[in-house]
Amino acid sequence: VRGSKTFFFKHVYKEIVKKMFRLLENPFLRSKIVTPNASWALRFFPLRLSHFGSSNKRTKNARKISNKQSKRDWSTNLNEENVSCPVNLEEKSKVVHRLSESIKDPRSIDPIPTYRVIDFKGNVISDELPQMDKSMLLKVFESMITIHTMDNIMIDVQRQGRVSFYMSSLGEEAIHFGSATAFELSDIVYPQYRESGVIFWRGFSIEQMMNQMTSNHLDYGKGRQMPMHYGSKAMNFVTVSSPLSTQIPQAVGSAYHLKLQSKPNCCIVYFGEGASSEGDFHPAMNFAATLGAPVLFFCRNNGWAISTPSSEQYRGDGIAGRAAGYGMHAIRVDGNDFFAVHNATKEARRLCVTHKIPVFIEAMTYRVGHHSTSDDYTTYRSKDEVDRFRSVNDPIKRLGGYLRNQGWMDDDTEEFIWKSKRKEVVDCLNRAEETLKPAISELFSDVYDELTPNLVEQKDELKKHMSLYPHEYLIENHVKE
Amino acid sequence: MKALLSRRYIPKKSPLSTLFFRSSTFSPTAVKAETPSADTQHLTGKREKLNLVSAINNALHIALESDQTVCAFGEDVTFGGVFRASLGLRNRFGPDRVFNTPLSEQGIVGFAIGLAAAGGKPIAEIQFADYIFPAFDQLVNEAAKFRYRSGNEFDCGGLVVRAPYGAVGHGGLYHSQSPEAYFCHTAGLKVVVPATPIEAKGLLLASIQERNPVVFLEPKWLYRSLSELVPLEPYEIPLGKARIYREGKDATVVGWGAQLHVLDRACSMAKERHGIECELINLRTLLPWDKQTVIESVKKTGRLIISHEAPKTCGFAAEISASIQEACFTYLEAPILRVCGYDTPFPLIFEKFYRPDELKNFEAIKNTVHFDFSTEL
Repeated sequence: VRGSKTFFFKHVYKEIVKKMFRLLENPFLRSKIVTPNASWALRFFPLRLSHFGSSNKRTKNARKISNKQSKRDWSTNLNEENVSCPVNLEEKSKVVHRLSESIKDPRSIDPIPTYRVIDFKGNVISDELPQMDKSMLLKVFESMITIHTMDNIMIDVQRQGRVSFYMSSLGEEAIHFGSATAFELSDIVYPQYRESGVIFWRGFSIEQMMNQMTSNHLDYGKGRQMPMHYGSKAMNFVTVSSPLSTQIPQAVGSAYHLKLQSKPNCCIVYFGEGASSEGDFHPAMNFAATLGAPVLFFCRNNGWAISTPSSEQYRGDGIAGRAAGYGMHAIRVDGNDFFAVHNATKEARRLCVTHKIPVFIEAMTYRVGHHSTSDDYTTYRSKDEVDRFRSVNDPIKRLGGYLRNQGWMDDDTEEFIWKSKRKEVVDCLNRAEETLKPAISELFSDVYDELTPNLVEQKDELKKHMSLYPHEYLIENHVKE
Repeated sequence: MKALLSRRYIPKKSPLSTLFFRSSTFSPTAVKAETPSADTQHLTGKREKLNLVSAINNALHIALESDQTVCAFGEDVTFGGVFRASLGLRNRFGPDRVFNTPLSEQGIVGFAIGLAAAGGKPIAEIQFADYIFPAFDQLVNEAAKFRYRSGNEFDCGGLVVRAPYGAVGHGGLYHSQSPEAYFCHTAGLKVVVPATPIEAKGLLLASIQERNPVVFLEPKWLYRSLSELVPLEPYEIPLGKARIYREGKDATVVGWGAQLHVLDRACSMAKERHGIECELINLRTLLPWDKQTVIESVKKTGRLIISHEAPKTCGFAAEISASIQEACFTYLEAPILRVCGYDTPFPLIFEKFYRPDELKNFEAIKNTVHFDFSTEL
């Protein structure tokens, strides 16, 4: 039961305070006092409902219970008034007369704290556990195991020469599924290359993955790119491209388009801490904040950019520390904690879509595997360091620990999942290897929407050449025209 | 005789000239030979005398009005642009669709690619083609390859990147470059260069509708100096088709953009002084270029001259020259000549020496027509 008087009064009070502060639009007055919004004022004049409302405990408890029944019983206490308002923050700058007061030492800034919901063993240490049903969590757990298994198998497969290249996401499974479960299928994803779990959650099967890895004719990309460069229009997952960070400003543009079309969607763009040093990152952040694009910047800070540790990559407070400089909200989260990543992404998405602003998430994790199969991490870091991280802070073990605490998982079931997924991956790979490669005419298509005269000429040239050497080019491996 | 004796060459004005030139710094009196604009002869609607930049402005207004997914942005676009190409757009179409971006070409083009990939039609402006290079990675590695690498799952076909290019009389190194060759070497892009106001409007509207990313280079020399009666209604000029600007039988001369008018003057000089009738071809689209038209012309004349302001080595003339000698070797009566800028950065005080002007082109036409195999051997 809301006390109608108290409910009404709070809002009237807010309006009165707002009107008072409108006086501060007078620049003369403003130079004397610094604050233009009512929420700030309420902090100085705290108004508790209990001062005016009933002190009836029953109503208070009723309120608490009804809150718990909602999906989320915690709030971020974020000031969401004018959150997307473009403000040149330097206009609020105080004038000082000592140089020492105007020098900002970056060491005086507290680093952004890291959000965590479950500990390394899977015990819940926060009261913000998201409401997710058992079947969903088991599906997530299975998917994490699938990706991990696939990574292990494909590394071996590459060493055997059956696939030319592979990049694993070992240790980053919680990021993939924590973020993927927080998004809608109609949101556009711009990946870097270490987000196989995200496209997998959206519906890309192991078989389709294997088709892309083996570059056969069933690959959506028509075999034109290296392995790990998957993409799908139906899953709103933009095809991976090798140059780093080029996808970041593109995600901002797509998000802006979604805003223009008034769609209740946003874009999410993934990148590593290394890619965030690239030139494309900086204008992307600036454009997103300045133009107001509903894009979620998701930085996977896994500590390594091939052999370059993060201590050689940047100096500031991680990558999230840069967000405030661009005028953007930032969240730092434990990237190996599925629930934390899920909560953070969900909340960030809500801010993006509601207010049409960009939000930055930095997920702290560790790259357990090699950068790619062309890399050998023992040349620049010790195996002990990797093993230690793997044993102490593994995303699959943490989620597994939580599930065991709930009684939803045990060792035998997990063992069975690992074995069956292994078999599934191997079967898909074998089938994909036997599938024919794309038709040779696909070499020339899709450069433009239609072949241009020079391409028609060159295609004929190749055809003539192939007719002279019908057996030297293994045409039988390709689909006939 | 009179023409030969007079120190300043003043060609006769044709009563049917359709183009109006303001006098430029380097030609005595700019004039146009009578070549009716066949592109828009069929249009009967209202026409207005517009210069090249106004024609572009007109095209932008039409594009933004007819399609809600079109938006125009770049540096300083909202007040009208440094060349006034985007005048009136902001007031008419609002701040969501016409806006200033922060100062980053790399960001502008990356942002535009993403906008196009999501289904929009962005018209991104780069303030000077000289500053397009920060966006080179996005254009070459991303825009050009978007469709190919995704197997046609995705494309950024709606993208148009507009940039003023070319000599302007006082631009120096960084306001005069012609970077077309870098982009013509990139499969997946289309490169379009108009030479007249009518072409500018028609080609820009066609580029916006084109389902492939287009780099639209506008000759800034002609922005204000060239006017024409431009139809006010929407119309398109097809990409990939060259136009025979002037018919002839003695030599084929190929050019595009502002250089076309320099070549036109050179051809007039050749006609008046030596009776040489050149066939002048305006390529209009450089990638993909209309090889067929040039081949047919060279088969007729047997001689080819290509001219552009960009430096000679690996300029686009090299591509045309190599392709034509492959296709028309036995028809050629003389080596293919390229009259281009020197292999130096574009200088300020030496601009009039650097540019391939009408005198250099006139000499080239004479040399190619009077080329004698016996003396070479």
